[in-house]
Amino acid sequence: MKWTWFHRLGSPKWFYELSGRWLPWFAVATVLLIATGLVWGLAIAPPDYQQGNSFRIIYIHVPASFLAQSIYISLAIAGVVSLVWKMKIADVALQQSAPIGAWMAFISLLTGAIWGKPTWGAYWVWDARLTAMLILLFLYFGVIALGQAISNRESAAKACAVLSIVGVVNIPIIKYSVDWWNTLHQPATFSVIEKPAMPAEMWIPLLIMVVGFYCFFTTVLLMRMRLEILRREAKTSWVKAEVARLVGKKHE
Amino acid sequence: MNPVRKKRLIVIFAILAGISATLGLGLYAMQQNINLFYTPTEIASGVVPQDARIRAGGLVKEGSVKRNEDALTVTFVVTDGDADVTISYRGILPDLFREGQGIVALGRLNADLVLESDEVLAKHDENYMPPEVGDALAKTGMLKHYEEAQGAK
Repeated sequence: MKWTWFHRLGSPKWFYELSGRWLPWFAVATVLLIATGLVWGLAIAPPDYQQGNSFRIIYIHVPASFLAQSIYISLAIAGVVSLVWKMKIADVALQQSAPIGAWMAFISLLTGAIWGKPTWGAYWVWDARLTAMLILLFLYFGVIALGQAISNRESAAKACAVLSIVGVVNIPIIKYSVDWWNTLHQPATFSVIEKPAMPAEMWIPLLIMVVGFYCFFTTVLLMRMRLEILRREAKTSWVKAEVARLVGKKHE
Repeated sequence: MNPVRKKRLIVIFAILAGISATLGLGLYAMQQNINLFYTPTEIASGVVPQDARIRAGGLVKEGSVKRNEDALTVTFVVTDGDADVTISYRGILPDLFREGQGIVALGRLNADLVLESDEVLAKHDENYMPPEVGDALAKTGMLKHYEEAQGAK
């Protein structure tokens, strides 16, 4: 197998150039998908026969929950890469995606609570799914705090990588909590192998929102990583040239 | 892959496997504490402590909802198909409460195995559909599970 592409990813300069080319595409896709999904989901899709219009919060809740979990898995993968291959870019990715993941987990918990009051009759219940999701939010806080508390870059990278890898055991617990235990939270509506328990006019806008959220995450992550690379590599000549170019452009 | 990296990778996966096993066994041992509610079968078989605040969950049995004429007290039967438990509740029921709906009630079991509840939560399932589809299903009798019982209102 050719590993050159993988090792090249370790070069900040190469990543900076590549991500600069990708960024506009993801940004455009984000705007188009989220705009379409929001209008379709919030205005055009039919209301639910039991919950009425309050079910529409899934168009935010489900994508945010998916993303909160996916981002944590990507933290763990970045953690493995940063521990095993000592790739600095993996640490940049880990540090920069953690706050986005924390926000997604927060949005997921918040929208769930807002939906829970009219549907269940309670904002919060200590059931397995909700509690595991709260633990995920705290794990994100842990990674963010650890990354900022340790001033030595290399030790911070190591500590964050270990916490990310250890914390990933929470992900299957979140996913299967509704099957393993009695919970108030309903089981998954979607699965890879079965037809969704929802008609197409409801799940197509949801799918658009999910893809839109993933594009949003990619866009924001690339922007944050590019900034962090410029900051970390500030002493190299290519960054000096790039900053001069960016600043010069502004003053024209 | 060079041997140092290979070793690090193996160590990471060994640690992950160890943590998963520990956590898995721990959660398995605490299973009954993690369950949000007891099923009617568990209550009927007597594994549930009396005089302790517990949650019972199941489907509201068709035709079992009785409202007190001059008070807010409601009694209804919750079933999981094998066993039933009677619940009495004082207060306002959630909007989604109806016969056939899954609910979770918090309260104390009295000597007659009636759960005297002070909180009832509606449990939503994973199915969503537009109102027209719900109506059509109800007409053909396929939506029996969710049929709106006028007697309950």
